[in-house]
Amino acid sequence: MSKLKDLGNDFYSGKKSLDIVGRRRVFYLIGIAVVIASILVPIVKGGFNFGIEFRGGSEFRIEGVASTSQQIAVEAVQSVEPGSQPLVTTVGLDAVRIQTEQLDDIASEEVRIALATAYGVESGAVTSSFIGANWGADVTEKAIIALIVFLVVVSLLMALYFRTLKMSVAALVALFHDVVITLGIYALVGFEITPAAVIGFLTILGYSLYDTVVVFDKVRENTLDVEFSETTTFASQVNLAINQTLVRSVNTSVVAVLPVAAILFVGATAIGAGTLRDISLALFIGIIAGTYSSVFLAGPLYVDLRSREGRFKDKTAAAKL
Amino acid sequence: MSASNSVKSARKSLAWLLAIVVGLAGLIAVGSLSDQNASFTPKLALDLQGGTQVILSPLVLDGEAVTPEQLDQAVSIIRQRVDASGVSESQVITQGDRNIIVSIPGVPDENTLALIKASAKLEFRAVLVTSTGAPSSSVDQPETAVEGETTDGEATAEETAPEEVAPNVPTATPTDPSDLNWVSLDLQKQFDALDCASSFREPGQVDDPTIPLITCDVTGTQKFILGPVEVEGANISDASNGTVQSSTGASTNTWAVNLDFNETGSQAFADVTQRLFPLSAPRNQFAITLDGYVITAPATQAVITGGSAQITGNFDRDSSKVLADQLKYGSLPIGFEVESQENISASLGSEQLTNGLIAGLIGLVLVVIYSAFQYRGLAIVTIGSLIVAAILVYLFIAVLSWRQGYRLSLAGVAGLIVAIGITVDSFIVYFERVRDEIREGRTLEVAVENAWTRAIRTILASDGVSFTAALTLFLLTVGNVRGFAFTLGLTTIIDLIVVLMFTHPLLRLLARTRFFSSGHPWSGFDSKALEASGYVGRGKFRVSDSLASGKVEKASKEAEKRQSIAERKAEAAIAAAKKTGEK
Repeated sequence: MSKLKDLGNDFYSGKKSLDIVGRRRVFYLIGIAVVIASILVPIVKGGFNFGIEFRGGSEFRIEGVASTSQQIAVEAVQSVEPGSQPLVTTVGLDAVRIQTEQLDDIASEEVRIALATAYGVESGAVTSSFIGANWGADVTEKAIIALIVFLVVVSLLMALYFRTLKMSVAALVALFHDVVITLGIYALVGFEITPAAVIGFLTILGYSLYDTVVVFDKVRENTLDVEFSETTTFASQVNLAINQTLVRSVNTSVVAVLPVAAILFVGATAIGAGTLRDISLALFIGIIAGTYSSVFLAGPLYVDLRSREGRFKDKTAAAKL
Repeated sequence: MSASNSVKSARKSLAWLLAIVVGLAGLIAVGSLSDQNASFTPKLALDLQGGTQVILSPLVLDGEAVTPEQLDQAVSIIRQRVDASGVSESQVITQGDRNIIVSIPGVPDENTLALIKASAKLEFRAVLVTSTGAPSSSVDQPETAVEGETTDGEATAEETAPEEVAPNVPTATPTDPSDLNWVSLDLQKQFDALDCASSFREPGQVDDPTIPLITCDVTGTQKFILGPVEVEGANISDASNGTVQSSTGASTNTWAVNLDFNETGSQAFADVTQRLFPLSAPRNQFAITLDGYVITAPATQAVITGGSAQITGNFDRDSSKVLADQLKYGSLPIGFEVESQENISASLGSEQLTNGLIAGLIGLVLVVIYSAFQYRGLAIVTIGSLIVAAILVYLFIAVLSWRQGYRLSLAGVAGLIVAIGITVDSFIVYFERVRDEIREGRTLEVAVENAWTRAIRTILASDGVSFTAALTLFLLTVGNVRGFAFTLGLTTIIDLIVVLMFTHPLLRLLARTRFFSSGHPWSGFDSKALEASGYVGRGKFRVSDSLASGKVEKASKEAEKRQSIAERKAEAAIAAAKKTGEK
C-alpha cells in the first residue's frame, strides 16, 4: 500500500508520469473502437429488448385463489414462457394480477390454463387482457426534451465556470463515449431495457460529467499561467493535471463501483432479475467507461481543441517531439 | 485566519449541523402529534408497499368507440395530474382498448379520484337566461344536489338574483354569442321543463360548442341558457390555486383558482368582457362551466384585457388545487368513471428490499475498508461523514414523504446506494488536495486551510453539474425519471451540507490534534510518506525567482483589464514560483 502512496507522490511531483496526452492517439483509437463496437452490437442483435413498461404486455387476473403466493405465478408463467419475468401483485384479498410481456393468443391461452392449474381454480376464473405501456411515447418524448435542455444548460454552465466552451465540448464527447458504451454492453448482455435501466443510463450522464469536471478543474488551475511560461507547454501542463488527479480518479471510481458491484454480483445472484440488477449493471459499465474517458479522453481532447489556437500551436507541436 | 478563529468557526459549523438534524427530527416529532401522515418511517412506493389500483372506464354512449389516440392522450394527461400531487411514481396504463388502470401508493381520497377521472372540460359561455333550478311549472325547490358533479364549487353570492324571463321569440339569426335570438321556442320549452334535481345530463355527455347549452350550476339551485363557447380550457396556459387578495392586498380565507390565458384566450376573454360589460343582468354574466355544469357565473365588472382570471366558488385548499391541476394539464378527451378500486400488494417481494439493503451494506463495508486502506486514520472522517449523510438523507426523506408526498421506490434505494460513491468523492477530492499541500511542505493546519479553498471550488462545480442535471430532469419529466431526479438532487444537496458543515470542520479540529498534525504514519497524512521535503523531479519546470516575479508583474498589469482572471493568474504564478523556487 505504501507503494500506492509513493505512486501518488510521484504522479503529483511529476517524478513518474504517464504520458497520456502524448499517446492520445492510442487512447482515441481504443475509445473509437469500443464505441463503434457498442453501436454495432445492438444492430447485429436486432435492436434493444424493451420491457413491458415500454411495450405493454399481457395481464392475467385470477379470482378467488386460496394462496396469493407470487412464486406460484412466476413458475406457472415460466413453464410456458421460459425466461419470462412476470410482475405479480395481489389485488384485494383473494385475487392475483400477473403482468408479462406481450404473449400471442396461443401462449396466452396456455398461460391462462397453467395459472388456473397452479392456483387450483377453474380456468374461467382467470381472465386475460392486453395492457398498454406505462412508459409510453409521451414519457419518452418528455425525457428526451429534458435531456437536450440539460445538456445545453450544463454545457453553458461549464463554459461559464471554465471560461471556455472547449472544455464543454470535450466533456460532451466523453459523455457520448460513456453512454454509447453503456448501451452497447447492456445490449450485449441482453437484459431487458426497463425504467430502472434508463435511470441507470441517466445517472451515468451525471456521473460522467461530474467526473470530468473534477479533472478539468485541475487542468484549468495548471494551465492558468501557461501562456506566460517559457519553460512549459500547454500539453505538458494538461498531462501533469491528469497525472495529479490520477490517484483521485482511481480512488473515486473504486469507491463508486464498490457498492454498485455489491448490488450487481451479490444482490443479483440472491435477488435475480429486476430493478436492482438492471440499474446496477448500467452503472457498473458506465462508471468504468466514465473513468476511462475522463482520464484518457477528455483531457487530451481538450489539448487538441486548444492547440488549434495560434498561441499554443508551436508549443504543442514542440511537445510532440 | 488565526487558529482559534478556525476552531471557533469549525465548532460553530458542527453546532449548526446538529441544529439542522435536531430541527428536522423535531419537525417530524411535532408533526406526528397532529398529522398522521408525519412519521419517522419514510413512505414506500408502489413497488415496495403496494397501494390502490383504480380501473377507469370511459363514459361514452353505448356502442360508441374510444379511439386509441383518445386513450393515449387521456393516459398522458392523467399521469401528469397524478405527478402534480407528489413524487409518487404511480403507474398509469391502458387495459384492453377501453380502460385505464391507475395504480397509486396508499389509499386515494375523494379529491384524488376526482383529479384522475374528471375530464375537466372548462368552457366560458355568456349567460342568456337564468332562473331557479326547478321546472317553471313547479314551485318546489330542489333539495338534492346533482349527481356526477366533479367539483365542490358552487355559485357565488355575487350573482344577481334569478329572474323569470318572458318567453322570447327569435326574430333573426343571432349576431353575437350574447344575442337573445339564440333562444328559440324549442330551447325555451326545454329550459322551462328542466329540473336540476333530475339527472338531466348523460355522464360524459359532449356538448356542441357552437350552439347554446341548457344546464344547471353544480349545486342545482340555478339553471341557465348559455351562449356558444367563447373561451376554452385549452386556451389556458397556466393555472394555480391560492387565496383571494382583498382590495387592500391582504390575503383572505377564500380559495380561488387563478387562470392565465394564452394569446388566443386573452384576446377572446377581452372580447367577451368588452361585449358583456354594458349589458344588463343577467346578460352581463358569463358562466364558467366544468364538464357541463356551471361552477360560477360572475357579472362582468370591468373589461379584462390582462389575460388572467380568477375563479372563486366554494373551494377549499384541496379542491382548488385539484381544479388547478386539472386545468393546467388540460381536459381529458373523454370522461371516466371508476369501475373498480382495489388494494394491490407490492409487486416486489419484501425480500427484494432486504436483499437490496444487504447488498448496499456489503458495498458500504467495502467502501469503508478501501478508505481505511487508502486514508488510514482519515477513514474515521469518511465513515463519520457517511453516517451523518445517512442520517440527513433519512430525515429529509421522512420530512419530504410527509410534506411533498415523496415515496421511496426500489430504484430510489438504488440511487441512494450509488450516491455513497459520489458523496465519498467529495472527501477524496478534499483529502487529495490536503496531501498535495503537505507534499508542498506545509504543516497540516495550513494545508487543510489551503486545500479547502481549492477543493470547495471543485466540489461546488461538480455538485453544480449534478444538481443541474437533477433539476432539469425533475422539472421536465414525468413518472419514474422524476422520482430519480428527486433522489439525485436530494443527495447532491446533502453531499454539500455534509462536506461544508461536517467533513471540513472535523478535519480542521483533527488537524490540531497531535496524532494528525505530527504526521503519524497511521494518520493518512504521513509527512514522510508524502515527501514533504519537496522533491523536484523530471516533470517539474524550474524558473528563477526573478522570472517568477516578472510573471507576477505581467499578471498585475493584466489585472487592470481583467480583474478576476488576472487575480487567479497572479495567484497561480506565485504558487508556481514557490513550488519550483526551491532550487
